[in-house]
Amino acid sequence: MSFSQSMKKLAAGVIASSAIVYSGAVMAADTIKVGVLHSLSGTMAISESTLKDTVLMMIEEQNKKGGVMGKKLEPVVVDPASNWPLFAEKTRELITKEGVDVIFGCWTSVSRKSVLPVVEELNGLLFYPVQYEGEESSKNVFYTGAAPNQQAIPAVDYLINDLGVKRFVLAGTDYVYPRTTNKILEAYLKAKGVAADDIMINYTPFGHSDWQSIVSDIKSFGSQGKKTAVVSTINGDANVPFYKELGNQGVSAEDIPVVAFSVGEEELSGIDTGPLVGHLAAWNYFQSVYNDSNEKFIEQWHAFTGDDKRVTNDPMEATYIGFNMWVKAVEKAKSTDTDKVADAMIGIETPNLTGGMAVMNANHHLSKPVLIGEIQDDGQFAVVWETDGLVKGDAWSDYLPGSKDLISDWTAPVKCGNYNTKTKSCGGAAAE
Amino acid sequence: MGYRFSQTLVAMLVMLLTCVSWAEQALQDTTVPPQTEQGLNSGTDMMDADESNRVVAPPTINEILDQLTSRSFDDKEAAIRQLANQNNPRVIPLLNALMNRELVHNRKDDTIALGEKQDGQWELRDPTTEEVVGHVDSRAARPVVINNRLRTVINNQLALSGLNDPDSDVRYQAAGQLIGNDDPEMLTALGERREQESSQRVLDQIETALNIAALQSDDLTARLNAIDALSGNLHPEVKNSLNSRLSVTDNASETRALEQALKKIDARISTFQTADTVFFGLSLGSVLLLAAIGLAITFGVMGVINMAHGELIMLGAYTTYVVQQLLPNSHEWSLLIAIPAAFLVSALTGILIERFVIRFLYGRPLETLLATFGVSLILQQAVRVIFSPLNRTVITPEWMSGALEINPVFSLTYNRLYIIFFALAVFLALLTLLKRTRLGLQVRAVSQNRTTARALGIRSERVNALTFGLGSGIAGVAGVALAQLTNVGPNLGQSYIIDSFMVVVFGGVGNLWGTLTAAFGLGIANKLLEPMAGAVLAKIIVLIFIILFIQRKPRGLFPQRGRAAEE
Repeated sequence: MSFSQSMKKLAAGVIASSAIVYSGAVMAADTIKVGVLHSLSGTMAISESTLKDTVLMMIEEQNKKGGVMGKKLEPVVVDPASNWPLFAEKTRELITKEGVDVIFGCWTSVSRKSVLPVVEELNGLLFYPVQYEGEESSKNVFYTGAAPNQQAIPAVDYLINDLGVKRFVLAGTDYVYPRTTNKILEAYLKAKGVAADDIMINYTPFGHSDWQSIVSDIKSFGSQGKKTAVVSTINGDANVPFYKELGNQGVSAEDIPVVAFSVGEEELSGIDTGPLVGHLAAWNYFQSVYNDSNEKFIEQWHAFTGDDKRVTNDPMEATYIGFNMWVKAVEKAKSTDTDKVADAMIGIETPNLTGGMAVMNANHHLSKPVLIGEIQDDGQFAVVWETDGLVKGDAWSDYLPGSKDLISDWTAPVKCGNYNTKTKSCGGAAAE
Repeated sequence: MGYRFSQTLVAMLVMLLTCVSWAEQALQDTTVPPQTEQGLNSGTDMMDADESNRVVAPPTINEILDQLTSRSFDDKEAAIRQLANQNNPRVIPLLNALMNRELVHNRKDDTIALGEKQDGQWELRDPTTEEVVGHVDSRAARPVVINNRLRTVINNQLALSGLNDPDSDVRYQAAGQLIGNDDPEMLTALGERREQESSQRVLDQIETALNIAALQSDDLTARLNAIDALSGNLHPEVKNSLNSRLSVTDNASETRALEQALKKIDARISTFQTADTVFFGLSLGSVLLLAAIGLAITFGVMGVINMAHGELIMLGAYTTYVVQQLLPNSHEWSLLIAIPAAFLVSALTGILIERFVIRFLYGRPLETLLATFGVSLILQQAVRVIFSPLNRTVITPEWMSGALEINPVFSLTYNRLYIIFFALAVFLALLTLLKRTRLGLQVRAVSQNRTTARALGIRSERVNALTFGLGSGIAGVAGVALAQLTNVGPNLGQSYIIDSFMVVVFGGVGNLWGTLTAAFGLGIANKLLEPMAGAVLAKIIVLIFIILFIQRKPRGLFPQRGRAAEE
């Protein structure tokens, strides 16, 4: 982006925000306030600022259609600055001071965990748009990203069934999402008969940039006579040096494919993907999926950002679905009251961007298709496999001993986020 | 990039060859079965093809290609194999086009064409004649999707034709691609090539490929001979196939031979792995040295705790990006322009920081620390506003990609190799500057005793600004190198600031040689620990070691001696 363009955007932002303040003062009663809680500075700004723009674009679009229940939507954007405790403070500010009716926000699991007690205490409504490790279901949160059974498990199935992989490297960044996902995957692989010797687990710090010895370890792990693949939960921009090192050390996707759960179009837009062609990613959406609703969405995004090189990605689709569902639920409930909207949410169906319908289930998770794509040299993914139908999000993994018997059901008889089916009690056993 | 380049080279050579052979073919009488150079088909196959020609018309190239419109990868694979079996000079160019995503599926009439994007439109050409058949909207056509399996099939077919290429590099790569393949057609081709191959290294590759295939033979002696020949061979596929043979064999003598061969391979691999670890250590050390060496000047020589040091590195990395944007056509050489540019940008920023902030805070280290920390946040956010919070792509020039392959288990990646030399060059340049020039003399004088230096007529204010500028400029130069290894984003600096201080303190404040020793020592220690302890724990262990070490020797490895240091 050129300097003048950024300055223009800055100026536009200032004007827009002053306009928001102005309109807020004049017609406070006639708008529905929508909180946007994404980091605009700090480490996570790279991923989260995109989602802020997505929400703003959706709001603008909805207002063009006349708003919701005849009222205009009014965005309230705050910056939690990649600082986890600040997420909680900003949530409190959004709900009590600004009086927002819904919040779209968070990216990392730790930020969601920090926000959770606040939305529950103040009975707010949070839409969380990123794939995560599961093992959670709150009355006040709707999870529109993938649960492990909608991303990790199908991806591993693909490796075993279609590529004949026998040995697995589980490589991840050292924090809660990779650790829990890898725990689930390890249990799943062992249940599938993969020997403990054939699983190598490796964690690296955030932003790790020296991948030489790890890639060389992976290479030697892969030369033991069995087809090997890497299942990567490496987060954020540590992926760029990781893939660069793979390319430099000549690990090609034909020898040792890497399937990633945190690498999307956005992450790839920072690298030359020539040497990465054929490595895989599992998501519920790819920009390259061809259908009218997706083409329209991409066009809209390019027009909104004024940059036709900007890519779209899976969390953006999750935001799109979450926003549309919320609009539908508010119209169905004829109210923005949290409890009424939350009840109306269950069973809501809206189109997703891959040509099907997204359904909100009783456990506050979505039913989604699972797609596996191969990286192409233009930084996009080509879909090489997809599930036959929709996969229902599972809040509590069936492969972890602590959460095997737990289910989440927010409809009438159960009304519980962690209902133990064995003891028939709510909150019977917490997962590890 | 090197890979892609050589691929294009292969493609071009093959195309040239096919054109020549095509021309010859056209001149000859068509009844004589043409012996094409590519060895795509053996003679008998072609006779068959000719015979069937008379009975039913075989599918044309275009008809075969149109099967690629299917969504099933099995159908596509069948189409590719069918295409490869055609005796037609267009086969190789078309396979290459498929690899490079130049074969597109025209959704309007459901056909396959050669496509090229022009001004947001596809220019479609006929696959056989290459004549322009029309233009369609960019959405109306899509490149044919291939997956890893198809890519392997295509690569094998291309390798088969590359096997008879006049260029030995092409033949070497082609034979390497075919290692581990058990398709009888490929093995026959390899066997034929072995008879006439003149280059030793191509011959070695062919032998490896044939011996691996022989492991599956029914004849025990043939298997034992193959095992014997493969013993000590470092190609990863060799170890793979020996291991998988070991898991199925029930013959005692074969098991013994296999175990021996594997032992020999493992022994060789472990030697090279040690060499690998040392190289990784040196590489990490050079990165630490680059990041720390500027700090060795500002913190070591001047005693200023500059928390914005990392951001000066970041500015250098962004300068590289800007230079590449300004010179879009000379990526190969823009790095050389970026080095002085980054030096200037960071040095000027450094001088501004010194003039407007640090100057007022000399002798108050805590306040300097806080003030420079504030400066670092300002610089980070400024970059976010100007360049957006997203990472920027810095292009790696061709000569820095890939690896210097010494053998299949030991290769030195070029980017790391260059950076080791670059770090040493920067170090030596800085050392010469401090020891041999007038500015260096003044810097050392001021840092040892400011009052006396001033009394002797040295303008200490000016020297301070220049020294700080020098340290900052070096940080910028480090940024150019680091842009090749890591992400160019607003947080780049943060990840290096702690490491830089660690190196300078450990090496001994004010001693450049100490910084050098500390950087390489810590780099190698880290890499030795990493395989055993994991990346996270290795870092922690190194940090604890340094804390304990500083407790024993607060002045680091090489403390400065003399009266000035005692103050």
